[in-house]
Amino acid sequence: MPDRLLKRVAVFGACVALISTTTVASTLESVLERGYLSCGVNTGLPGFSNPDDRGQWSGLDVDVCRAVAAATLKDASKVRFIPLTAKERFTALQSGEIDLLSRNTTWTLTRDASLGLNFAGVSYYDGQGFMVKKELGVKSALELDGAAVCIQSGTTSELNLADYFRANNMAFEPVVFDTTDATTKGFDTGRCDVLTSDQSQLYAVRIRLAKPDSAMVLPEVISKEPLGPVVRQGDDQWFNIVKWSLAVMVNGEEMGLTSANVKAHLNAKDPGIRRLLGVEGPKGKGLGLDDLWSRRILEQVGNYEEVFERNVGSGSPLKIKRGLNALWNDGGILYAPPVR
Amino acid sequence: MGQSHNNVYQRLFRLWRNGDSRPLLMQALVVLVVLLLVVWVVSNTMNNLEHRGISTGFDFLSQEAGFGIIQSLVAYDESHSYGRTFMVGVLNTLLVSSLGIVFATILGFLVGVARLSANWLLARAASVFIETFRNIPLLLQIFFWYFAVLAALPHPRQSLAFGDMLFLNLRGFYLPKPTMEQGLAPVLLSVAVAIVAALVLQAKNRQHRVRTGQGITAMPWLLVAIVVGIPTLVWHFSGATLSVELPQLRGFNFRGGISIIPELGALLLALTIYTAAFIAEVVRAGIESVPKGQKEAAAALGLKPGRVMTLVVIPQAMKVIIPPLTNQYLNLAKNSSLATAIGYPDLVSVFAGTTLNQTGQAVEVIAMTMAVYLTISLSVSLLMNIYNRRVALVER
Repeated sequence: MPDRLLKRVAVFGACVALISTTTVASTLESVLERGYLSCGVNTGLPGFSNPDDRGQWSGLDVDVCRAVAAATLKDASKVRFIPLTAKERFTALQSGEIDLLSRNTTWTLTRDASLGLNFAGVSYYDGQGFMVKKELGVKSALELDGAAVCIQSGTTSELNLADYFRANNMAFEPVVFDTTDATTKGFDTGRCDVLTSDQSQLYAVRIRLAKPDSAMVLPEVISKEPLGPVVRQGDDQWFNIVKWSLAVMVNGEEMGLTSANVKAHLNAKDPGIRRLLGVEGPKGKGLGLDDLWSRRILEQVGNYEEVFERNVGSGSPLKIKRGLNALWNDGGILYAPPVR
Repeated sequence: MGQSHNNVYQRLFRLWRNGDSRPLLMQALVVLVVLLLVVWVVSNTMNNLEHRGISTGFDFLSQEAGFGIIQSLVAYDESHSYGRTFMVGVLNTLLVSSLGIVFATILGFLVGVARLSANWLLARAASVFIETFRNIPLLLQIFFWYFAVLAALPHPRQSLAFGDMLFLNLRGFYLPKPTMEQGLAPVLLSVAVAIVAALVLQAKNRQHRVRTGQGITAMPWLLVAIVVGIPTLVWHFSGATLSVELPQLRGFNFRGGISIIPELGALLLALTIYTAAFIAEVVRAGIESVPKGQKEAAAALGLKPGRVMTLVVIPQAMKVIIPPLTNQYLNLAKNSSLATAIGYPDLVSVFAGTTLNQTGQAVEVIAMTMAVYLTISLSVSLLMNIYNRRVALVER
């Protein structure tokens, strides 16, 4: 009997030991196996990631996810969007629930260094601003001493707001909400005088107010907010894929390639265009992708200008100007490394 | 070697076979397995966190927080540390929980007794109250009170003013704040002394009445006179001054004075009404558990219905009421974490929300938050159990 007991214990121990060993697949492998890209987006921010009444997602961040899906899974529609609030976005990425976080997230040192995450570039250069009701008669952010300010919890906006008011010796009352919707509602009902967030968000949120014309965005921009996609540390191949997917879209605009004219340019003489379309050059080998990865991005999603204009620019209700987000040779600071 | 091998296993086998020692052996084994499991989980977590480059440890508690909090019972601004935000969150949670418990108990008892009233309208009204507020999810009730309250209140520039001292508007309820000037310390001391003296006098009076059947009938008035009179005399003779800071409309909002933010009001209202509906049913169960003969006997002695309830029925009902009542208190304390939905800066909103997001240290922050709620719940149930043991009437 004691020998049988010993045998049973040994078998149990072996089972436990097997459970403890873990094998980590690379993100690209698990995405290909799963058949879709799991992408973390906003719960609803017009212009960046917003579901319409039929549940279809659209926005600048959404298009970045679609570009990565086009590159890896060959189909830009093979994406599952997971809406996340500002509080849970990093935990979702750290834990592996999502492969890519594309949720108007500001690139900061703390987030890059101590969360185990990497920022794979900047998709939108933004800054923080203030929105007030026109009837207050306020013309500048420096007149906001003592105001109640609506803000979303867990964002860089919360910190920048405190810094700005402290630097200018003004006091304020923070009214903190969880989601963009609740913050907008708080501002609309008059719970607070000011709404502060990234400028692009202010324009997006203004559309949602009961009376959009009653609110104005103040001229002051109080911080730098470079927004970009985020991936986990430790997976350099995936990091490169996301980084270069973004770079392809910007390079596409620089070379004049749009989703409509890709086919026409397949026989172009320009070596830069040929490399970008995967006809020659490094193609997809270093990234672990096939040769047509960059062509698919431009065909199925479009270049940066198309993505910008249809989501936040002249083709959308927000009507934001390119400004900083124009190409480097066009008055802005968008500069992507060359595909070669 | 084979000999000693057999010996150990034979010993264990004998322990297993013995009916007395087997349970102990099993329990020791289970405890060992659970401990091993805990050790494995913790070391696995630490390993994974390090492997992924996520920072660990509690050093973040001394970093500067950098964000503002609208309501704080201790001094707080952006330059304080995350540890301070933890304190602010804990105090705000305790504030809303304790106020909620007090108000919910009062309202719950009233509604519960009303439910059993002989007056048909009162009983039906209480019944409607209970059924409505018990069955709607608390989060919806919180939203309702918050946005209903917000919608009803005026803009600061058109506040409802009561004289020059109280102001009610969208941003809060503003009261004058008494500020401590010099020389107030002896007055406060005298208040404490007066309260202690009153309690002692009350206890002595009760002893005397139990023993001899005679007590001072004007006791309540005497107590009030002591508690109010002694400090007033001390104040008069010490010449201390008490100045009051009035809230004033400056720019956008009122400054100065004490302000009660609408988030606190809405949360308190929702929690109180929701929990009171449950407490009312608990109270009804307790009262109905007291044998009907008790009420009849008390009435036969000539006691009025009010005295019957307070002197005979409820003391006997308390034994049945207190354990479920403790449950409701714990529920209220934990439900207060829904404050995050409307922006009341409680522990979950400030610490497990903003601080967690700014530092990224989810494991440490959530563990601390859980520990706080566990401590609150254990303390409440401990106190209630002590109280229960003291007031439980032993029946034959």
